[in-house]
Amino acid sequence: MFPIIARREIAPGIHSLWVKADRVASKARPGHFVILRLHERGERIPLTVVGTEPEKGLVWLIFQEVGKSTAELAGYSPGDALLDVVGPLGQAEPAGKVGTVLCVGGGVGTAPVLPRAREFKAAGNRVIGIVGARNRDLLILGREMEETCDRVYFCTDDGSFGHHGLVTDLIPLAQAEHGPVDRVLAIGPVPMMRAAVAKCGELGLPVTVSLNALMVDGTGMCGACRVTVGGVTRFTCVDGPEFDGAQVDFGELSARLRQYAAEERLAAERFAARRKGGECQCRGA
Amino acid sequence: MPGRVAMPKQPPGERRKNFREVALGLTPELAVAEARRCLQCKNPPCVTGCPVQVPIKEFIGLIGQGDPAAALKRIREKNLLPAICGRVCPQEVQCEAKCVWAKKGEPIAIGALERFAADHGAADAAQPGRAVASEASPAPAASTARPSRARVAVVGSGPAGLTAAAELARHGYRVTVFESLHAAGGVLRYGIPEFRLPKSVLDAELDGLRRLGVEIECDVVVGQTVTLEDLWAEGFRAVFVGTGAGLPHFLGVAGENLNGVYSANEFLTRANLMRAYEFPETDTPIRTGRRVAVVGGGNVAMDSARTALRLGAEQVMIVYRRSREELPARREEVENAEEEGIEFRFLQAPTRILGDERGQVVGLEVQRMELGEPDASGRRRPVPVPGAEEVIPVDTVISAIGQGPNPLFIRYTPGLATTAGGQIAVDENGETSLRGVFAGGDIVTGAATVILAMGAGKEAAHQIHRRLEGQL
Repeated sequence: MFPIIARREIAPGIHSLWVKADRVASKARPGHFVILRLHERGERIPLTVVGTEPEKGLVWLIFQEVGKSTAELAGYSPGDALLDVVGPLGQAEPAGKVGTVLCVGGGVGTAPVLPRAREFKAAGNRVIGIVGARNRDLLILGREMEETCDRVYFCTDDGSFGHHGLVTDLIPLAQAEHGPVDRVLAIGPVPMMRAAVAKCGELGLPVTVSLNALMVDGTGMCGACRVTVGGVTRFTCVDGPEFDGAQVDFGELSARLRQYAAEERLAAERFAARRKGGECQCRGA
Repeated sequence: MPGRVAMPKQPPGERRKNFREVALGLTPELAVAEARRCLQCKNPPCVTGCPVQVPIKEFIGLIGQGDPAAALKRIREKNLLPAICGRVCPQEVQCEAKCVWAKKGEPIAIGALERFAADHGAADAAQPGRAVASEASPAPAASTARPSRARVAVVGSGPAGLTAAAELARHGYRVTVFESLHAAGGVLRYGIPEFRLPKSVLDAELDGLRRLGVEIECDVVVGQTVTLEDLWAEGFRAVFVGTGAGLPHFLGVAGENLNGVYSANEFLTRANLMRAYEFPETDTPIRTGRRVAVVGGGNVAMDSARTALRLGAEQVMIVYRRSREELPARREEVENAEEEGIEFRFLQAPTRILGDERGQVVGLEVQRMELGEPDASGRRRPVPVPGAEEVIPVDTVISAIGQGPNPLFIRYTPGLATTAGGQIAVDENGETSLRGVFAGGDIVTGAATVILAMGAGKEAAHQIHRRLEGQL
């Protein structure tokens, strides 16, 4: 069992979670993810590692309530434990010194951006952050990004904070204000990554994305997470999750992410109904 | 001379709707009768067909005397997982093929008898799956056991790893098995369905290993969660790697990433490990669709097809590019599948998967084949019949055409030599290019059978023992 040390709702429906997993904490690096499971009937949930405190054996995760399992996880508190935490998984190539790096996060995608931004900064790069969200309330990790980056631009879809518009508006702005950009990292919802990749293409900027494909085992065994990158089938879990954005078939990724939409809806509705009915303590079989 | 007994089975019409075990096991009366058919040959040929040299003649003799407990004890001297082997070994090409009665077409039902001993020989063997009881657990083989107490790590808890762990524990080593998934058993857990190998049987065998002192630690990906360096630092003196053939091959045709296309590994893992057949009571979904095409002709293809049927598919087809004679699956499993209503489309090779505008599979295009000259495997090579294509309307395509070596341990273990095919390279003793690191099973041979992996695990355990005793 992997005890939960802290959980806090940092924005409506977005939670910060610290879990004790000594082996993972000692090995995870920026870019890695873990897979966790709540209970015997639970599914395997992949989440990017946001940070670690290796001396205390702690792993920092951030998740958004998007379905049954994440809604259930949102009900966990210190004193509860996760049945399984396995990792670190995925490839996490160390960030080198490349010059000026744009770190672009959309929505909860800012969570996996933060550790990379910190790593780029530590490697001696000039790091410019771009953080976007639907509105001011849903904007996360603004302070942490400001502490990490040389400059952070904010934007919201409704204009409630920062620039009124999309992260793609700010990529050329950042480039204009800070000179040549050597590398872009863009992580967020698929439409945002797709638009960021298109914008970077126009500007001639190399862009890395991190994909959130559906997974089961996360160790290369099943192929559920396969994506087409550069015309070749790759597995997000063992070949990624970071890929050259210009090579990713985002249309296919979008379709594959919708594969279980009906089942996800059914499970979420059942869970919501049960919770409403007062059966909140449904911690598995 | 009476003929070979038939294994009692659930009737096809019933079993195609449930996940309970198909083969029900021999009754004591049937088992004794079958055991008494055994000629007790002076030089029994059957044992030469067994990769782990189970004393077949002796254990069958004991069953014939009405003593399944003694039979189980004899089996366990050589094979610590008899409840599993009795169910999934391809006896028809191993021990039973060598039986003198095989010439008459009625070899002794060795597999069924092994299973009987495992299910009935334990002290509390009131039901299948209660196979291992303390009484039946082997005493350490006195001649070889020296309590050296060195620690040995086993990477992967599939058939190779579990067998190696059991043998090493019997030699007195302190063994820890590391498993990357959340439950132990490897392919026995995620791959082989409940109706062929009940999980209660696997769990009982795992309990038996734990009683031997083997520790099993799940949620550890060796290479990532801990490295080989960490294992040495933690005090392990040798490592056995049995990480298996866990990287599915896809068809390499257009449309392979459409929704509704599964690797057999994914389909079976969702059903077996994640219990998706209980969704939404469990959280992992599975989409079976009404019409399912399974591509491939091995046991994994049969397992996938029969699982799809039990999940509610109306029509399930096996699409195989060669003919019935070349099917690599066990004959028994092919017969079971046919009885349950699985359709076989022989001499058809997939050329394309068709999808709709939402990216969902709607059809499988196949090319009709005919058999030409024998290829390197000795089987006649399928060659396309020009102009003979067809589209089969399906909702789901399951690719069961084999697996490559799992890459993780190899990638994160510097200095570990591999073959051209990506498998771990080993010497004649099963030792890798890294001293003290041994490997066996599918990660060395490529995808094969449970019992061959178990044979490799057993042999590696002996070589590890020799290495640690300074004899290697």
